[in-house]
Formats: sequence, C-alpha cells, structure tokens
Amino acid sequence: MAHEETVYDALDHAHGGEGQWAFGTGFDEPLAGVDTTVPDGIDPADLGAYCLMLGDDALVLCQRLTQWVTAAPELEEEVALANCGLDLLGQARLLLARAGSVGVLGRSRALATDSIPDEDALAYFRDADEFRNSLLVEAPNGDFGQTVVRLLVASTWRLALSARLRESRDPVLAAIAAKGVPELTYHRDHAARWVLRLGDGTPESHRRTQAGVDAVWPLLADLFTATDVETRLTASGVAVDPADVRDEVRDVLTMVLERATLTVPGWPAEQPSRGRAGQHGPELTALLADLQGLAREHPAATW
Amino acid sequence: MSAPTLDRPAAPDEAALQAQFDATIAADHRIEPRDWMPEAYRKGLVRQIAQHAHSEIIGMQPEGDWLLAAPSLRRKAILLAKVQDEAGHGMYLYSAAETLGADRADLTDKLIERKQKYSSIFNYPTLTYADVGVIGWLVDGAAICNQVPLCRSSYGPYARAMIRVCKEESFHQRQGYELLMTMMRGTDAQRAMVQDAVDRWWWPSLMMFGPPDDDSPNSAQSMKWGVKRHGNDELRQRYVDMTVPQAAVLGVTLPDPELALDPETGRYRFGPIDWTEFKQVLAGNGPCNDERIARRRAARDDNAWVTEAATAYAEKHA
Repeated sequence: MAHEETVYDALDHAHGGEGQWAFGTGFDEPLAGVDTTVPDGIDPADLGAYCLMLGDDALVLCQRLTQWVTAAPELEEEVALANCGLDLLGQARLLLARAGSVGVLGRSRALATDSIPDEDALAYFRDADEFRNSLLVEAPNGDFGQTVVRLLVASTWRLALSARLRESRDPVLAAIAAKGVPELTYHRDHAARWVLRLGDGTPESHRRTQAGVDAVWPLLADLFTATDVETRLTASGVAVDPADVRDEVRDVLTMVLERATLTVPGWPAEQPSRGRAGQHGPELTALLADLQGLAREHPAATW
Repeated sequence: MSAPTLDRPAAPDEAALQAQFDATIAADHRIEPRDWMPEAYRKGLVRQIAQHAHSEIIGMQPEGDWLLAAPSLRRKAILLAKVQDEAGHGMYLYSAAETLGADRADLTDKLIERKQKYSSIFNYPTLTYADVGVIGWLVDGAAICNQVPLCRSSYGPYARAMIRVCKEESFHQRQGYELLMTMMRGTDAQRAMVQDAVDRWWWPSLMMFGPPDDDSPNSAQSMKWGVKRHGNDELRQRYVDMTVPQAAVLGVTLPDPELALDPETGRYRFGPIDWTEFKQVLAGNGPCNDERIARRRAARDDNAWVTEAATAYAEKHA
C-alpha cells in the first residue's frame, strides 16, 4: 500500500473502524451529566432569569463578532475574533441550558418542538422583548476600532462579574463562570492590545478609535444598576450586584485608554437597565432575524 | 538531503546544484527552503501553494454565509470552528509560500487583482443549510483525495502543512456527513434540501480535480518534480469510488444516470463532465466570482488603516 493511502487510511479510521466514519457523533446537551439541582433558598425563576441575562449577553456578542469573519483586517484576526465568538457561544449554551434546567423557558417551549433542546428553544424561539442582554452587546459593530473598544468594555465587565461568580451559591453557575474566566482574560487582553495599537498608532487610527470610544461609552449606563432579580439573588449569594464591579471596570478602562493616548469620556449617568427589561433597539430585532430565521422556518426539524 | 549553503566558500556551478536537486527528487527526499532549487520549481510551487492558500481563504465565504443563521447553537459552534480552521489553513499555507520568498500581502494582492486563481468550486452559492453539509462531505472529501498525496510532496514545508490540513479536513468531512445524516432523518423538507444540494454540488465537485490529464497544462512537470503524485483523472476516480457507497448509505441519488459499477475493474464509471462550465467559472464567470473577490478586497481596503496603525505602533514601541 502506498504511503499516502496509509495516511488516508489512518485518517479514515481515526474515529472508528469499518469506514463508518460519520457515525457515532452523538449529541450531548451542554449540561449532560451535571447535577442541576437548585440549592435550598434559591428561587429557580430568579436563577433562570439571571442566566438568561448573562447567556443572552454572550450569544448576542458572539453574533456581532461573527460578523467580522471573512471581513477582518488580517487572517490572524479572523481566527482571534472567531475564537472569542466561540468562547462566548460556549458560555451562552451553558447558561441557556442552565435557565432551561430550572424551567425558565418563557413562550419558547410552546413554539419549539419537543425534540429541540432547551438552549435552542431559548435562542431561537424567543422574540426581542424576551431577550435580557444589555444594550452594550447589541449595538452594531461600527469599524474595527469601535469593535475592539466594545470588546474591551464587554470583556472587562464580564470578566469582573465572572471572577466573582466563581463563588456563586449555585454550583452550576459557579462552574460556568470559572470556565469563562480564562477565556475572558484572553478577550480582554486581545482587545486592550488593539486599543493600544490603534489609539497610539496613526492620526487616523487615533481619530477612529476615539470615535469608537465616544460611541460605546454611553452604553455603560445600561450595565451597573441591579434589576430586582439581581438584588434578590445577590442577597442569597447567587449573583453579583453589578454596582460592585463598577470601580474595577472603570479603573481598567481608564488605564487602557490613557495608555492608548485616548480621552476617557465622562462616566454616563447610570439608569435602570433597558436591555435587562427587554427594551431593545431595532438592531437586536435585525440580529435575531438573522439568527432565528432558518430555525423558525422549520420548527419540526432537528439539526 | 542537500548540504547547507551557509559555509559554502563559493557558489558551485549550476550543473552540480541541478544534479544534487535531481538526486534528491529521485531518492524521494524532501527539498527544504535553504536548498538550491530550479527557478521553475520555485515558481511552480509558489503558484500552487498560493492557489491552495487562496482557496482556503475564499472557501471561508460560502459556508461563512451561514454562520449567523446556523439553525442550532451546536451547528453554529461546529461551523464557526470549521471556518476558523480554514483561516488557519490559509495562514500556514501562506507561510509555506513565504519560505520560497513569496510575501503574503503580495499574494493577497494578486488574488484580489485576479492574477492568481483559487478553486472554482467556491464560486457557487450556498442556497440552503444542506449546502454546509454537502460542502463538508463532497467538497472537503474531494479536497482530501487531492491533498493526501500532497503530504508526500517533494517540498518539505508544503508536505508538512498538508498533514495538518488533511487531518482537519477529514474531521470536517465527517461533520458534514453527520449533518446530512441528521437532516435525512428529519423532515421531508430537510431531505429535499439535502438531495437538492447534492444535485447542485456533485458535478462541480468532480471538476475540483482539474481538467483531464491530457488537457492539464501544469500536471506533467509537477508530477516529474514530485510536487504532485497522481494525475487528475486517477484522483477523480478515487473520489468517485469512495463517494458512491457513502451516497447510498445517506440515501441520496447522485445526479448522473451513467454512474455504474464496472464489474471488471471494480470501479465506478461516470458520465461526461461539462468542461465548458468549468472553463466559464474558471474564467471568472461563475455565479459568485465577483462577490468572493469583492469581500477580500473590502477586508483589505476598508481595514488598511488598521494595518497601518499596527505598523506605526510597532515602530514607535520598537
């Protein structure tokens, strides 16, 4: 047998013999095998609602980052942004599955057929007013400068939350947060390096990135006021009060922007989160139309 | 393997170098970047590797068009990882070309200016999600048949890059087939989507092996130099023989009434390929040629300020 056929044979049989290479790729739901019992004293409805907030943030930002694939400045950046998107998608799947495991499915379960897993029922069969993501992640990408500024803000904030959530009284949420911390550390580092390069690069890149900062900054107003769900869950040791991470987020962003020779805008007046209340802009409706169109066209299909 | 060039006192004459190169090829050893090689060998390799790298990068687009719309989060994760792999393949193939003195930015310019080609298959549109599965099964399957022999290419960096590419392509092919199997177990509409996608991609996938050997301008020299190992027709036949039984297991019909097992050879006979269509697509007149190139042009031009900024920053902080 010629050498290359040996190679092909090895490839062909690497995943089971008999040439049946395409079979046996089973589908485990993200939380398969995990004990999803809710600890005493935690309201499952609140826990599920909180997981939707964090899960929707990750899913929506994944969609935004994915829009850069085939459009990025360098091939390395295609890979890096896809990588951040994949990490966030993984976090979203776990969080949506956690929401599903405690029965928080809203209208989605009635619309999706039984064979569709909870994560997909939640991702594909809720309308915009049922999404609980912050306004920060749904805003359009803008140019590459604005994209990395938004990624810096979002990853700094999510990392600060996740690091604290590792101590959550819900062990499933704590484990999901712990998995996310190293991922988000990379996202923040990657975004910060780009903000430095662009802020301190050429006059044009400085101007564009400052414009990106100015466009993203007002969205910070949506992040730091706790909803009633977060307040209750913080009291029971499950969630983090977003106000508790404000100083860390502000310090990190200020440090990076100053090093990048960018002007740090005034901190926006904080207000109750519109995104967490399901009040979204038309951009989210358009994003969801892309995300959900095919799945909704075939509600009885399995993929 | 040939001697290192660094401590060579004076350039040996070309005939001796050529003899050493020929001996390396004849012994089925690898040529490495610092070895002497005939200029035509270098040029031919740059052309082939660049074309291969361009195919990976352009190949991100047809499937990438479904990234935002993948119908389940699991499928989205699989597809995003796959498209990311293709960017990675492009990167290490461009790196292999750079070991021959080429420059990635220059090769990208040549792609955008249509001075270098990429695989014509990526000029067809992906109309339904079944196309994602069929690209994995048929297009990646054909690519594997083409590329596995390249793991033994006479040029070392190319051969080594191809080993990794082939492993990942093989994984992609399985994932594509698994998607199709799942769809075939689904609704009638899904089964119809799969058959329709097979109908559209089968013939273009056969064309991926290039024109018949007697009409393939670069094949003979590539074979002589050990850059290519098999003729286009032999590889195409292997692909057909491998794929027909898989189609039967899947439950789809390949759109060729002449497709039949030849009991004497044990190989499948198939109908004539429409090379007019192939030449049209190759000439730039396929359904998506313009859009594929326009996307790469936009990625380069719209983001030129980013690259300039990164360069300026690196110089300031050197």
